Parts: sequence; C-alpha cells; structure tokens
Amino acid sequence: MPDPSQTPAISVRNLTVGFGEKNVLDGLSLDVRRGEILGLVGASGGGKSVLLRTIIGLIPPRQGRIAVMGTETDYGDTAAMQDIGRHWGILFQQGALFSSLTVQQNVQFPMRENLEISPTLLDELATAKLEMVGLSPDDGNKFPSELSGGMTKRAALARALALDPEIVFLDEPTSGLDPISASDFDALISTLQQTLGLTVFMVTHDLDSLNTVCDRVAALSDGKIVEVGPIEQLIGSQHPWVRSYFHNARARTRATPSH
Amino acid sequence: MSDPTLTRGGAPASLIASGPWTAAQSVSLERLAAALPTIDAQRKNVVIDLSRVEHLDTLGAWLLERVIRRYQLQDLKPTLVGVPERFRGLLEKIHDVNRRPPVLQPERNRLAVGLEHIGRATAGLYTDFGYFLAMLGAIGASLGGAVLRPRSLRATSTVYHLYRVGWQAVPIIFLITFLIGGIIAQQGIFHFRKFGADAYVVDMVGILVLREIGVLIVSIMVAGRSGSAYTAELGSMKMREEIDALRTMGRDPVSILVLPRVIALVCALPILTFLGSMAALYGGGLVAWFYGGMSPDIFIARLREAVSVTHFEVGIIKAPFMALVIGTVACSEGFRVKGSAESLGLQTTTSVVKSIFLVIVLDGLFAIFFASIGM
Repeated sequence: MPDPSQTPAISVRNLTVGFGEKNVLDGLSLDVRRGEILGLVGASGGGKSVLLRTIIGLIPPRQGRIAVMGTETDYGDTAAMQDIGRHWGILFQQGALFSSLTVQQNVQFPMRENLEISPTLLDELATAKLEMVGLSPDDGNKFPSELSGGMTKRAALARALALDPEIVFLDEPTSGLDPISASDFDALISTLQQTLGLTVFMVTHDLDSLNTVCDRVAALSDGKIVEVGPIEQLIGSQHPWVRSYFHNARARTRATPSH
Repeated sequence: MSDPTLTRGGAPASLIASGPWTAAQSVSLERLAAALPTIDAQRKNVVIDLSRVEHLDTLGAWLLERVIRRYQLQDLKPTLVGVPERFRGLLEKIHDVNRRPPVLQPERNRLAVGLEHIGRATAGLYTDFGYFLAMLGAIGASLGGAVLRPRSLRATSTVYHLYRVGWQAVPIIFLITFLIGGIIAQQGIFHFRKFGADAYVVDMVGILVLREIGVLIVSIMVAGRSGSAYTAELGSMKMREEIDALRTMGRDPVSILVLPRVIALVCALPILTFLGSMAALYGGGLVAWFYGGMSPDIFIARLREAVSVTHFEVGIIKAPFMALVIGTVACSEGFRVKGSAESLGLQTTTSVVKSIFLVIVLDGLFAIFFASIGM
C-alpha cells in the first residue's frame, strides 16, 4: 500500500458528468496534491462548478472514479460519504449560510452535529474561528441577512473550517468583492492554508487570485483539463482557449502594472 | 489511536502533552484542560512540552491556550517547548483569539420581558393596521392610474393570475363546498326530524349557503390557497431584490405586481362563490334525496319558495370585499418579508391567519349592515 501522505488529496479519473443528451465533463482527470492551492479556471458555464459539485457528491457522475484522501468515493453509501465529508469544508458561492441562525450558530452547527463539546467550549471555538477569518466576536450575533458581501464570505469560510477539514473547496471566493476585500480574502486563504495545512481547491475567475495565492492552476475547456501547472506555464500555453483566457485585453491590462 | 494526555514531567514544574489533540478527542481533551495539575505557586515558570503531540487542530490548540491562560491567571509564567514546526503557525494564531471578554447579556426580569412582549404586540397592531391601510391606499392609487390610462394596466399578468386563482381553484372549491352543503343538509335532517320539521332543511341549507357559508368557505379557501402564494411570491421577490430592481427602473411595484393580483382575486372570488354555492346546494339536494328521502322535484320547488334573489345578492356582494381584504393583506405581508427564509415563512403564516380573521370580522360587519337595511 502506498504511503497515505503521498496519495493526492483529490484524484479524479476519467470523470464524465452530463445532463440530458449533453456531457458537461467528458473523461476528465485531475489530481490535487496535498497542501497545495489549486485554482480551476474555465469558461462560464463550462463545468467548473459541475466538477466541484460532483467531487463533493451533489451531482452523480456518469462514469469515472473520484478518490478523496486516498479513499474511493461511493455516492450510494450515505454513511461512507458522511465520513469523507468530515475531511472537507465548502465555501459556496453565495455563502449558503443558514439564514435563520446567527453567524455564531452557523459556525457552531457542524461542530454541534459532529462533536461532543460543552457549550462554553463551543462558544469559545466559534469565536476563535470567527477571529481567525477576521470577523469580530460581535459579528457573531448578527444574522446572515445583516452581513455585507465580504463578511458573508468570511463567515461562510469560518463555517467551512469549523471541523478543521483537510480540504477546503472554494467556489468563486472573491467574486462580488471589491479589489481590496478580494486581496484581503486571498491573503486570508493563504495564511489559513499555511497555518492549518489545508489543501485548497478553488474555482475562480480572479486573475489576481490565480497570480498571488494559487500554487497550480488547472484550465478546464470542452469538458477536459487541457493544461495544469504553475501560472507561468498557463500563460505560456499554446492551447487556443487558455491563450485567449490569459492574453485577452482584460488579462493584459491587469497584468501590466505588476511588471 | 491513543488518548491525549497532559502529565507531569520529570522536572518539578513541567508538563508533557502527548497524543492526538484533535476534535475527535474532544471529550477527554476538555476533561484534561479542566483538571489542571496544580503547580506550586513558588515556581514562576511552567514548562509545557509539546514534542510528543501527534496531531493538533484548532480545538486542541485552543484548549492548550486555555491551559496557558489559566496558569497565567495564577501568576505563573507558562512557556511551550518542543513545539513541532507544523503546529507553530496555528498556535500563534490561536494565541490572539478570544482576548476580549464576552459581552454578557444582563439577566432580565421575566415579568418585565412578558409585559414588554405584550406591549410590543399591542403597539404592533397599530403598525399592522398602518401597513394594511398603506397597501390599500397604494392599490387605490394605482387603480386610479389604471382607470385614467387603461393601457398601463398589465392585462396579460391579470389574466394569468385570474387563471391561477380562479380557474385552477374551481375543482377544489367544488369539492369542498359540495361536501359542506351535504353535511349541513344531513345535520339539518337528522335534528329537524325530531320535531317533524325536516322539510325546513331546504330553507336552512338554501339561506345559510347563499348568505353566509358559500362566501365564507370560498374566501377561507382562497386565503389559504392564493393569499399564501401571493405572500410567498412577493416575499421571495423582495428577498432577491427584484422589487428594488423594479423601483430603480422607475416602475411602481404595486401597479406591476400587486394590482394585477388583486384585480384577479376580486374578479375570481364572486365567480368562485357562485360556483361554490351551487355546488353546496347540489350536495344538500343529493343528501336530502338519498338520506332524507326528499325527491329532487320537491327540493327544488321548496328551494324556490325559501330563497329569494336577496339572499343570493347578500352573499355575492360580500365576495369582492373579501377578495380585496385577502389580496391587500397577502401583498402587504409579502412586502414585509426580510432577508431570511424564516421571515418568509413567518410572513406567509401571518398573511393567511390575518386574512382569514379579517374575512370573518368583515362577514360579521356585513351581517349587521344587511340586518339594519333589512336585506
């Protein structure tokens, strides 16, 4: 048996996912290494979110295998999926905070469901998580509808980290944030990744995020991963879609000032 | 996996932590952190050796931090030694959290809380009534606008809502009123028979159904069926900022969303009341035939004697007013929905409860009115 710490955090082989007649993902393979931040780029509607949702078990695949931390996933087996689910935390695009619970209760929810912890410790831990993502303890008493966009993302990240997962899935974490908040959020992800030793799988369109925090970037086009590697490799890629993604007018104007 | 431990080390004021300090071991970890080994107050420096800790997560790191802070409260100087490199970042991060003492909510007198609740609820009645009047006024204003400029009325939307609250409601209205009519007839026959007055069941069914039951049952059904749908639709539009979007485009949400719905309801309810009353009479007639042994010919003949157009008018005149109340309450509650799913549910419940209550109150007022004008 191979050394468990050497197996990839997520390993996707030959994955085919489709709706109706059309296959959105067509024989896709991808490895996410332990402890790296992988950014996934792709056209809008090109299947990035489908890939993410398939890995976390919200969409059943038509074909192919997915292994998380070396364990093969079996989406029919609810109990096994719950065990695997303890390994990951998910930051949904809109936050998906429970609107009838306060932020503090939102963060406590996974802990309360999965762990045996006294109420005092639960409160202290929730506050700790909130402070780790840069929210103040007072924000914990607010309801999700009272939060700004950036605070919602932070609160949702705190909830995703509630069980100290090994893998964190981020679905467009910086979308809808102003550039300052977005780069703060990138810095936060980077710090947390280092302190907690996380593996981060990030779907993003934010070129700055790709440049600053991602160790590797994977490009999804036509249902397959067409290029994966450090950002420089993608910028130099000859694949037509990847080329146009990184060399269109917006990408150029944003890249220039840093040179 | 072994258990986490915190034991005294070889040196006098040293502790050794070992094992997995993770959330999976939360129960034993909490016990460890609660029952701290006492350290002689003479010795200032407490050394906690972490080199044997296998795993550490936020929970474990926080409990370690808690141990450190408790020793600090006892005027000791705890230090961590042998910290594995991979834990260093987490421990530093945790060192800064929970520094501010939590703000304690002062314990409040239960009686005062109860009184405050009653007071707020009473004051809330006024604001509720205010919202109702404001919505009624807004509907009136946009109806005025639609009368002046008939093209501004959303005809397609109105017809669509008429289809939904009128046509699609017909089967269930038929069924319910038919059953209610039958039940009233059965009860009437059963009890009137005791004093030989079972022929009068026709009068009772006819007058009761046409004047009161028909319109009431139909209004209550419509409040539950369509009023709740109105509140939920408008509420979720409010939540998703669609209503704000309309406003910013210079469009009045009341004339676009509310007026077609209310007009549809005002048109549909009299029709549904008529259909419902007929179904109830039909049900009553069938029961009188099969249960009371009264042939349909006699039932119809007696019905012709017993009821007049006045009874029918009294019932049907009320219907549009009931519809207006239901529509106004449903739409004003819909606009009061705030951000959360809970508030959507709350407002939908309020809408149905309030409109059924108002329908019954209005029916009582109409009863007084018609009695005083001799109808």
